[in-house]
Amino acid sequence: MKKILLGNEAIVRAAFVSGVSYVTGYPGCPSAEIGDEFGKIAKENGVYAEYATNEKVALESAIGASFSGLKSLVNMKSFGINVCSDALFPLAYTGTKAGMVIVVADDPSCYSSAQSEQDSRGYAYLSKIPVLDPSSPQECYDFTKIGFEISEKFNIPVILRTTTRCAHQRALVSFEEWKKINVKGNFVKNPHQFSTMPPRTLEMKNELLEKIKKIKAYAEESELNKISGTQNKVGIIASGISYLHVLEALEELKLDLPVLKLGFFYPLPEQKIIKFIKPLKKVLIIEEMDPYLEKEIMQLAKTANLKVEIFGKNILPVTGELDAEKVCVALSKLTNKKFVAFKTRNFNLPKRTARLCEGCPYWYILPTVKRLAPEGTIFGGDIGCNMIGALPPHSMYDYMFCMGSSIGISHGIKKSSPNQKVISFMGDGTFFHSGIAGMINAVYNKSNPLMIVMDNRITAMTGHQPNPGMGKTLMGEDTEELQIADIAKACGIKNIKILDPINQKEFENTLKDFLEKDEISLIVCKRICALLARRIEKNKSN
Amino acid sequence: MEKTFNLIVNGIGGQGVITLLTFIDQAAMVQGYDVRSSELHGLSQRGGSVETHIRFGKKINSPLIPNGKADLIISSELLEGLRETEKSGKQTKFLVNDFIFPFQGSLSAEEIKKQFSLNKNEIHIIPASQVCKEKLQNEIVSTVYSLGYAVAKNLIPIKKESVLKAIDEIVPEKYKKLNINAFELGYAS
Repeated sequence: MKKILLGNEAIVRAAFVSGVSYVTGYPGCPSAEIGDEFGKIAKENGVYAEYATNEKVALESAIGASFSGLKSLVNMKSFGINVCSDALFPLAYTGTKAGMVIVVADDPSCYSSAQSEQDSRGYAYLSKIPVLDPSSPQECYDFTKIGFEISEKFNIPVILRTTTRCAHQRALVSFEEWKKINVKGNFVKNPHQFSTMPPRTLEMKNELLEKIKKIKAYAEESELNKISGTQNKVGIIASGISYLHVLEALEELKLDLPVLKLGFFYPLPEQKIIKFIKPLKKVLIIEEMDPYLEKEIMQLAKTANLKVEIFGKNILPVTGELDAEKVCVALSKLTNKKFVAFKTRNFNLPKRTARLCEGCPYWYILPTVKRLAPEGTIFGGDIGCNMIGALPPHSMYDYMFCMGSSIGISHGIKKSSPNQKVISFMGDGTFFHSGIAGMINAVYNKSNPLMIVMDNRITAMTGHQPNPGMGKTLMGEDTEELQIADIAKACGIKNIKILDPINQKEFENTLKDFLEKDEISLIVCKRICALLARRIEKNKSN
Repeated sequence: MEKTFNLIVNGIGGQGVITLLTFIDQAAMVQGYDVRSSELHGLSQRGGSVETHIRFGKKINSPLIPNGKADLIISSELLEGLRETEKSGKQTKFLVNDFIFPFQGSLSAEEIKKQFSLNKNEIHIIPASQVCKEKLQNEIVSTVYSLGYAVAKNLIPIKKESVLKAIDEIVPEKYKKLNINAFELGYAS
């Protein structure tokens, strides 16, 4: 079958075809459509799908499924791998039982990522887990399938690393139909393999290194690393989306150069690379963000005593995504082709930034806090729709980091500078993800920031995914609706107020009152996301 | 069609830009073209500028349109349309919805239209939102109205039947009529 698919949709189809039974993850951009799509169609296909409270918990549950014999897929955005890395590294040691593919979606140019322009490929070096790097929806499909094959063959998880322009690219994809499977797992005890505990840990490390040797041999033969073009003195090595820009650039410059496209980022097919660069005078390494490949290939050339000149980040940017034009500029420096980049004009048009939607409950929170907080109050922002508080017209946040961090940082500020007032904001999704840990720390270590949880009843920013505060699972089943205020109370917070911020007088009075408290306090501003409210209304009327 | 057709559809998050992209992708496929498009979700969708790229033709490599290479811009907001003039080529045509979504520090509709008039490119400014609001009580389909206009005026090498087939294939039953009506209104305008 052939259909236009988004890269993320292609991953979902490939997972079904590969016989996935257990899907978990945490929604983020640009990976969210994977979990969302599973949420819609998992049940009818006999597959279990959930969103976990965070990426670490997601990976841990997939480990449980894998050890019980179920093939699993874990989905997350770039920063998710930071959160789950604690479970990821021992998983490389224990290995998997049933196949596991972990999708990690990077976002070069930070289109929807605030905290850093992260190149997650680096985790391959830390964890020694194979990393595949697709460039198109078709490759999202093919690589996911091969990822499951590698995982099953070598009993190791495989990371499928996508980027925004691959995950959110639409193109025609050839795919197979899948049969509904309904596999029940069975955990067969095997602590020798499933428990990391010295001295076994070091044995496991050696087992992993042996596995990687075998996978390297597999990578040498794999069609994921392919050569095209005609022999020349200048050659190109590219991976991921950069490969498509290379094809475009070669066409634009009317060049026919040999290109080695690397589908494997780790382990690298070293012999194939050496063979490819040996006859070349110059080789250009084209990869987005960090020069991982470039460094590896430089080392390979040095060890093999090759005279080839290696170019990469000396003529290509480390920051921001690549495109065909940037590749053309770089290629024109290595060949006799002239290329003049298009001159854009600058009319100094006002920039339009993201903003709170019409009717967003946060309109009743942020301006009020800004108006009432005493001069010099420090405002901490978090991830989610509340990030928009950093932008005009609010321009409030004095610091902003990662999921759940606003409370952790506010605790540090209060301890360091007790006389300054600190208010930390976060959404309901972020609270459940990792805000709880920071809150417990602040109570335990006797700090007194004011915490405002902006509970809009859904994980809104990434496209309206359910979270533990909603009483609904990803597959649409009813479940316990966790109460933020009850959790806070159980964690020892004494000053707690739940209110609807549309009741401004109540909100104002609570703010004034809580800002004077010597202990940590919490306001849960509970009001449904305006988009969600409108959708519920529309569904009712239909 | 020998040459790849490069189309940028842009606007503001929530205006239906990505829905229109899926219609055009599908219609291009119906006509037998290779097609590749790129879109943005997440933060940029929350009321910010959204720019999507659609390319179709014999064989498409990269999903991104190089600066200056767009054949057509379909913009669902005036300022976002004007923004594209910063990187448009001589051949670039503009189809802009006469609609403004103001923000602090934004330009007035008059000012934007004045700046457009200084531009030598072929520019169509059409009341897509206004007509859809009046005749269909629904502004969200204004992008589909614009596509109808683009097809009727041969701004895009896509046939009417291909779009209707695309709508039939990808739009849920209860919204089909609304989308077809919007397309027909734009086509007949």
